[in-house]
Amino acid sequence: MSSAHTKTEHGHSTDHNYLNHGSGIWSWMTTLDHKRIGLMYFATVSTLFLIGGFFALGIRLHLAKFGAEPLLQPDTYNKFMTFHGAIMVFMVIIPGIPAFLGNFVLPIQLGAKDVAFPRLNLASYYIFIAGAAIAASSMIFNQVDTGWTFYTPYSTAKTSNGVILLVLGAFTMGFSSILTGLNFIVTTHKLRAPGMTMDRIPLMIWALYSTSIIQILATPILAITLLLIGAEKTLGVGIFDPDLGGDPVLFQHFFWFYSHPAVYIMILPAMGVISELITAFSKKTIFGYRAIAYSSVAIAAVSFLVWGHHMFVSGQSTLAGIIFSIITMFVGVPTAIKLFNWISTMYRGTVTFEAPMLFALGFMFLFTIGGLTGVFLASTGMDVHFHDTYFVVAHFHYVMVGGTLMALMGGIFYWFPKMFGRMTSDLGGRISWVLIFTGFNVTFFPQFVLGAMGMPRRYFDYLPEYTNLNQISTVGSWLIGLGFLVGLITIIHGIFKGEKASDNPWGAKTLEWQTSSPPPHENFINTPTVTAGPYDFR
Amino acid sequence: MSWSSLIPATSFMPIQATEIAKEVDLLYAFLIIASLVSFVILIGGMTWFLIKFKRTSLDQKSAYITHNNFAEFLWSFIPLIIMMGIFYWGMVIFEKLRTPPEDIAAEIHVTGEQWAWTYRYANGKEFYSSANDPMIVPAGKATKLVLTSKDVIHSFYVPAFRTKQDAVPGKLTQLWFEPKQPGEYIVFCTEYCGTKHSGMMIKIKAIPSEEYAAWYHAEKKGADSPADLGKTLFAQKACASCHSIDGSRIVGPTMKGLFGSGRKFADGSQTKADENYLRESILVSSAKIVEGYPPAMPVFQGQLSDEDVANLIEYIKSIK
Ligand code: HEM
Ligand SMILES: [Cu+2]
Repeated sequence: MSSAHTKTEHGHSTDHNYLNHGSGIWSWMTTLDHKRIGLMYFATVSTLFLIGGFFALGIRLHLAKFGAEPLLQPDTYNKFMTFHGAIMVFMVIIPGIPAFLGNFVLPIQLGAKDVAFPRLNLASYYIFIAGAAIAASSMIFNQVDTGWTFYTPYSTAKTSNGVILLVLGAFTMGFSSILTGLNFIVTTHKLRAPGMTMDRIPLMIWALYSTSIIQILATPILAITLLLIGAEKTLGVGIFDPDLGGDPVLFQHFFWFYSHPAVYIMILPAMGVISELITAFSKKTIFGYRAIAYSSVAIAAVSFLVWGHHMFVSGQSTLAGIIFSIITMFVGVPTAIKLFNWISTMYRGTVTFEAPMLFALGFMFLFTIGGLTGVFLASTGMDVHFHDTYFVVAHFHYVMVGGTLMALMGGIFYWFPKMFGRMTSDLGGRISWVLIFTGFNVTFFPQFVLGAMGMPRRYFDYLPEYTNLNQISTVGSWLIGLGFLVGLITIIHGIFKGEKASDNPWGAKTLEWQTSSPPPHENFINTPTVTAGPYDFR
Repeated sequence: MSWSSLIPATSFMPIQATEIAKEVDLLYAFLIIASLVSFVILIGGMTWFLIKFKRTSLDQKSAYITHNNFAEFLWSFIPLIIMMGIFYWGMVIFEKLRTPPEDIAAEIHVTGEQWAWTYRYANGKEFYSSANDPMIVPAGKATKLVLTSKDVIHSFYVPAFRTKQDAVPGKLTQLWFEPKQPGEYIVFCTEYCGTKHSGMMIKIKAIPSEEYAAWYHAEKKGADSPADLGKTLFAQKACASCHSIDGSRIVGPTMKGLFGSGRKFADGSQTKADENYLRESILVSSAKIVEGYPPAMPVFQGQLSDEDVANLIEYIKSIK
């Protein structure tokens, strides 16, 4: 039994790397190497993504109403809807980029040997697993049908006790999120290579850094809120249930005070990935480094002040609605800044279109639509019509899935050579991209129209005039499914059969490309010294 | 505005059954056009760069451009101005959606429950739920709904009127509309409320206002009006020992003309006496103490049902 952390001689030959530094399942399970932990998150999150995807296809198949009989019963449908949302949000999109790509990339990009607290990093992983297991047990006993938002008093007074398990799972995963964030912040401050000043850190790190701040500040609020739900359900403490003297809208304030910033936990890391990809595949230094870096921090700060835009029709005062609306508009500005900067980066660059770049361009396309429709929703008079309809469903899928998942896929194909020392098939990546991108628009664009027509969300059944668009949407969902399947096959094929990768196959400038592919156990044989900004394509 | 008349035909919005629906759709049209323009600038610009600056040979060099303060200022400032405009436009519509006019022709208390709505008219007419019994309202006149819920949160959404409002247990919220034409309009529940959430639909049927008056005064369903029931309770609970109904001052403020008047409180804050304020003052009077009065009123929380409170409020409203 060899522990991965024993100080063995290494790095003298290029074929000694973190993947073969210690072998056997035990050496992985006890590893303190951030790269291995990153890959363990990869495996876990992909599995959860498949489960979440299964529920999604179930939902869409049911809503297509192809047969004469409904595919699902109303209660089953509501459970599918809940599991899909809860898994995708808490177990895929929130941890996806930071815990997987972030863990793998952040220390290498900083020129560090590992994160600041490697043991804590491993502990965070197991806490995540524990949380996911607790949440999953709610699928087996006492299934939940509240939707991922757990609105009270439905969740506390009217549904099964399974809510307690799901909420406890999310609560546990929250700790993992907080600890990872803490680890990243300390690593960024303390372990930068000599010469790497704060204005020379890659934008991926600025994004992860801002995300970490949100994680540390916002997640405890979710934790407390979830605990209160548990307490209300088991002890009847009467905080949210009006029958016990509580206030049901108070829950919404708590919930969105976390969950609005949480949408930026999902999207900021994606923006970090996109900044890396666009500069690498345009072979040009990023346009407006400072603007992008500071706009991440600005988004993180303002994201705490806009939660009430989810509650324009909840009964909060008109004045509160107006204030939340204007602050929400302010978030739109740093978002627009980023889009303009990325596009300007392509100006007078020399652009190539390998699979990672295609995903980055897909991100730009989908995220722009998602962001623009966000402005519709931020406008109070308009949102009254759209709130809780399919328009909102389309909006957040465009930003979250179109944004986060496109970036995640792009990031996987981009860093794959570094992770496994092999290339993926570029053709496989491109086919996967075409299917996901097309499927995505076919699935979600019609939902804007459905929302405008008035179709509410979380509906098991709907009026006949909505049928055609729902069927188109379902067809699209199968294209997406197929696209991810092709992506998965391409990745698995790459791991075992891919061509050997060079150290810097894309000709990128950040530090992770200055070490071997795959890197040695402690990332660099000689600690690098940094003398210029991260994207110095002169 | 000729271009905007194209919108309803092409936007997939439901029919415009109110004046406000037209205003909402105008903003919607503007947003769609503004989004299309922004989309073309962003994605069109990007596509153009991609084609123009596609790498053609291996030794090709990129330009070295790090930033441009002027461009960056412009693309921060212009979106900000546009978004402030959209904010303002949305706010104007929002305030109209939220502020019922002075003359309300029909006021209906609406209570949601899993999975039905009950509506009760001021004269005691009461209907339980859905498909069979549409909510009858006068066309061409304003109707105000006072919403609450018996169990979980529901939301009352009328696509044709572009309006919606949550019905929250333990609270009263309100919604108003003025359908221009007689007709039937669908109502959805838009706050997830359990198994039959999607089945919780009713119809609003707007009828000409003379017909409405006849319908309203035809045989009552309930024996006593809510206001009558409230009057009885007012006597039973000895409210009159502290509150006059003729404007004179005793221990507490008079009920005369109370509804709709401005209230000033001991802590300096102010509000208008609407249903929610009355409800809170009846149940937990200590929440807000009217300036110049002692905090002497007992707590009725737990002693009065939601229906009792609603009846008392109707009675108080009738004391003009
Ligand atoms: C940065 C990427 C964004 C992400 C990840 C995101 C995510 C989300 C999510 C998940 C929801 C739905 C929550 C739910 O009810 O389940 C949502 C709703 C909303 N978003 Fe976004 N969003 C983004 C950008 C924007 C922008 C730029 C704006 C405005 C300028 C915006 C305004 C809104 C509003 C007002 C709602 C509430 C709509 C309603 O429930 O009626 N979003 N967003
Ligand atoms: Cu409902």
